[in-house]
Parts: sequence; structure tokens; C-alpha cells
Amino acid sequence: MEELKNKVRELLKAGTVQAVIGYRAGSDEKTARVAFVRQPDEADGLILDPRCTDNLAVYLLKPEVKLLGKLAIVARPTTARTILQLASENQLADGQVIVLGVSADGKAVVELASFEALEKFVGQVPAGLTEEEKVLLAKIEGMSREERWAFWQSEFARCIKCYACRAACPMCYCSRCIVESNQPQWIPVSPHDEGNLEWHLVRAMHLAGRCLNCGFCAKACPMGIPLNLLTQRLAEEAKAAFGAVAGGSATGEYALSMFKADDKEGFIR
Amino acid sequence: MAETRLIRKDALTKLFEKTRQSGRRILAPKAKGEQAFFEEVTSFGEVCLDHVQTRSSAKEAVFPKCEALLRYKFGDKGAVSYDEKPFEPPVTVVFGTRPCDARSLAALRAVFNWDTPDKFYLEREARTTIISVSCTKADSDCFCTSVGGGPGDTAGSDILLTPVSDKEYLAEILTEKGQAIVALAPELFATAGGAQKEPHLAKVAVQFDVNELAKTIPVTFNDEKVWQEQSLACLGCGTCAYVCPTCACFDIQDEANRQGGVRLRCWDSCGFSLFTLHTSGHNPRHVQSQRWRQRVMHKFSYYLERQGMLGCVGCGRCSRACPVDMNLVEHLKELALHGRNG
Repeated sequence: MEELKNKVRELLKAGTVQAVIGYRAGSDEKTARVAFVRQPDEADGLILDPRCTDNLAVYLLKPEVKLLGKLAIVARPTTARTILQLASENQLADGQVIVLGVSADGKAVVELASFEALEKFVGQVPAGLTEEEKVLLAKIEGMSREERWAFWQSEFARCIKCYACRAACPMCYCSRCIVESNQPQWIPVSPHDEGNLEWHLVRAMHLAGRCLNCGFCAKACPMGIPLNLLTQRLAEEAKAAFGAVAGGSATGEYALSMFKADDKEGFIR
Repeated sequence: MAETRLIRKDALTKLFEKTRQSGRRILAPKAKGEQAFFEEVTSFGEVCLDHVQTRSSAKEAVFPKCEALLRYKFGDKGAVSYDEKPFEPPVTVVFGTRPCDARSLAALRAVFNWDTPDKFYLEREARTTIISVSCTKADSDCFCTSVGGGPGDTAGSDILLTPVSDKEYLAEILTEKGQAIVALAPELFATAGGAQKEPHLAKVAVQFDVNELAKTIPVTFNDEKVWQEQSLACLGCGTCAYVCPTCACFDIQDEANRQGGVRLRCWDSCGFSLFTLHTSGHNPRHVQSQRWRQRVMHKFSYYLERQGMLGCVGCGRCSRACPVDMNLVEHLKELALHGRNG
């Protein structure tokens, strides 16, 4: 922890960055919240413990945060992968952000100033679903089609279209989301059954193979909808079909927006 | 008007049966995961009163997240015909609201009955009976006592139940609507004797002086730095507004095809950038700090000026549900301090 605080103080004192995005204590002992550290002495308030799970990469593209100047960010492996995925989608340039990579055990902090260093860092940490997540997915897979439909219908029925899932997702960075387009209106705006189903399908499909499985969407959902299960399932699908895993490289190609003359599917040629 | 009776907890099963038999639908807190949500229930057994607060508020009963205002059909040569069916929302009992939620109805009514009476809201409210349950516990996000409410406050309830023992509720029957519920099964309500509710109520400390706040936050209006700092973490989602029992903003949407369509009213939030975006492209609240300021000013300043009451009942839902832990009370205290220091 001291290592992180020292590093943050150093970066700010030297003027290498103007702000560091990290975690500080939240409203209660179970909660951590984001900190935007701009003065070296503010680093004292930083924390790094199991409460710190929010994917802070969501702030890297927020206009108000970009105005703070050059940024450093405290990143667990999932956040680091998110940054690489954003880079591969041309949302971040090499050297734009200094990543303070936190090892999986949460102890060591390493300064990663380039995407190359970031790629090496994430390469050491296996990505993929946890055993717990696999069990949950298998449970849904094990349902009949009718049961699965009923399950999702009852989950989506609670959706209020507050779009916290979208706001919390670092990969949902469109300045104007498709649901906000009304000429033509592709997706019903209203939170009725049809509108909710279409929103969740579109959200999941737009994240297919891009989702880093940080879980911030499900945590953010005030109605407790386990919508990360959809993107987890689609990540498995993208991996099986294209061997694509999100967040491994800053120059990775996104399978679903790529055309290749030797595509194995005939319909596309 | 108010009468006080005792009702046994095990008599609520019977009261629910009688209420259902009378043709009323019942909305009550149901547990789902770690949270509770207001949903339609068919028996008292489905109700969960263990939570300090439900995640969603009871406003859904009077102001649904999505409701049809108008249905229409297109005929020949541009003719339009309207569905003239009278608006008949279900007769509803909301059971298990906390006193803060019951209190929120006055804030909603003030908006929906302001210049043009909103028949949809008013008709739903007229057909809704509120049976609240006093709070015997509170959490650190509760602040009803700071905004004029309290854990045993009767405002807005038709009946207020307070658990006075393991087996009994003290029932305060506050309105004619409440009496109509009692009349469904008068044998379940015994004379109250000397039972008092106060010793059983949760203790909720007053956290700020709301009158002082109303004076001090307008002073902060032009202090951009304060609002920017407070809202830097805000992701601009609509969670706080959608779980809020008093937020009344809505969006009108037409869903139509060549044959006809439906005009829908859906919840909206001042936290969204699209909320104030003009057709010209200009957005008077183009950054999140302005949208956050609007939320705070509306509830604690404009509401007082225009409606003579606060737009907040201290339920704490916004603080509990915020995905990035923006705590309302913390921010209000800070704003009060800034105002005081000029």
C-alpha cells in the first residue's frame, strides 16, 4: 500500500501526471469509491483492498475527467485488460495513460507506461471465467429453452431503463447510444417487456467478445438483474468461434467487425 | 379522524384475503436476492418486511415506469380515431411502505396537480390505499428526521402499523380509505388499550438543518468548482432518479406504425445529458456537474419555493443504489458548509 501511495506522490510531484484515478474508503466499511487524486498529500487517502472492485477504466473516457490533464490509473488485471481493449478500439493512445498495475494478490504495484508493458502484465494473469461463474452459467445452460426464456423474461421485467449498466460499462463509450437514436428508432425507449428485451439483447450483442467480465454492470444494476451472464456467455461464444479473447492486446482485431477473404463462413464472401 | 386499534400479526393473512376478495390488488415488498421490491402479492406469506427499505419505491403504484396515455388508429385520408375507453386503473392497496414513502405522495401530488391536473396520476392515487409499517430499524443512509419526517410519521398513510410486540401491531387508522379497509374485517381490529408506538420506533439522528440548507445552497449555485468536484464520480445514469420516491420527471414516447399507435409516458432523469438536449444541438446542461446541481437544487431549493415543501423524504435510496457510492447526505452537508462560508 505504501508502495502505491509513494508512486502516486512521485508522479504528481514530478508533474508526470495531473491526476491519479484510484480507490478511497466509501460510505461504509464494505464500500470503496473512486478517488481523483490531484495533490501529492491526497495520496494518503488511497486504499487497495478487496472492496476495490469497480472498473475505474470507465472514467478514462469521461469528458470531465479527461479535462483534469494527463492521467494515471490504479488497475487490477481486469482494468488493465479493459485499457488494452479500449486501445485496440482506438479509444486510447499509447502513452496517454500511466497504468499502476496491481498484481492479482493486490500487493505489488508496477508502473506501466506503455501498451507493450501492459500487454506483458496482463499476459501473466490468466483471463476467463471463475469456477463460480462457470457454475452459474452452466445452470442457465441446463435449462430448457422455455425455462431460459421465462428466467430472462422475469429478470428483464424489473428493468427500469436507468441505464446504469451502460453508464458503468467502460466499453459502452458511444457518445450517442443506439437507444437514443429516433430517426429511425431502432429500439423502443420504453421499459415495457419488448423495450427491455431489445435493450438487453442489443447491449449484450454490442459487447459480444469485447466484454472484459469486470462485473461492474451487474453491480451497478439497482434492480439486481444478472446481466453480466449474457456477456459472459457471448465471450465464450466469441472465443470458441474466433479464438478471440478481449483485452489481451492493444492491436487486437475485433472479430465481429472484421472481414477476411478467407473467412470460413461462405455467406460473407 | 385517527383511531387507534390493535391487530395481531397473524390476522394479516385474513386481512389480505378480505382485501383481495374486495377486488383490490395488493402491492407489497417481496424479497429477491439481497433486496426487496414492491410487487403484486396474492397472500401475506409472500410479503417480506425484514428490509430497512425496499430498493424500488412505491411510486410505481401511482406513477408507473411506463404507462399508456393514449391509443390511436389511422384511417383513410389522414383520419385519426382515438380509443375513448375511460381510464380505470386498478384499485390498489400498497402494503408495507415505510413512512418516508407514504410522505412522498404529497411531493408527487404537488407536481401532478400543479398547473394542469394530471388525470392519470390523480386517478391512480384516488384508487390507492397506503398501509405503512413504521420503522423499528434504520441504517446509515436513512435521514427522514432531517427532512421533516420520522420513523413513525403518519403523513400520507391511510393506515400506519407499528409493531408493538412480537405478535401485535398498533394500527392508526388515519383516513376514510383506511377505514374502508378496516370495514372489510372489523373483527380483526381490537381496542388499543394503552399501547404506545414511540418506544418501538427506530432512532434516526438529525444530520443537517434543512432550513439552513435551503438558504445556503442557492449561494453555492455559481460556484462551479463545488459541483464539479461533487459530480466527478457521477456516471450519469438514472438510478438515483428512478429509485427516488419523489422524482416525477417523465418522457413521452409514441410507438406507432401505419395502422396506429400508442403514446407512452416513461420515467426520465435529469442526470441524463439527453434530458435537456435541444433539437438545435444546444444543451443548457451540457456537463454532468450542471445536471447534479439541478438534482440537488430541485429537491432542496426549487421545490420549497414552488411547492412549499421539500422534494426529498430522506429514504436514502439514492445513496444506497448509486453504483459509485455518491452519498447524498455527505454532499448536502458539504454544500451547507460552502454556503455558510460564502
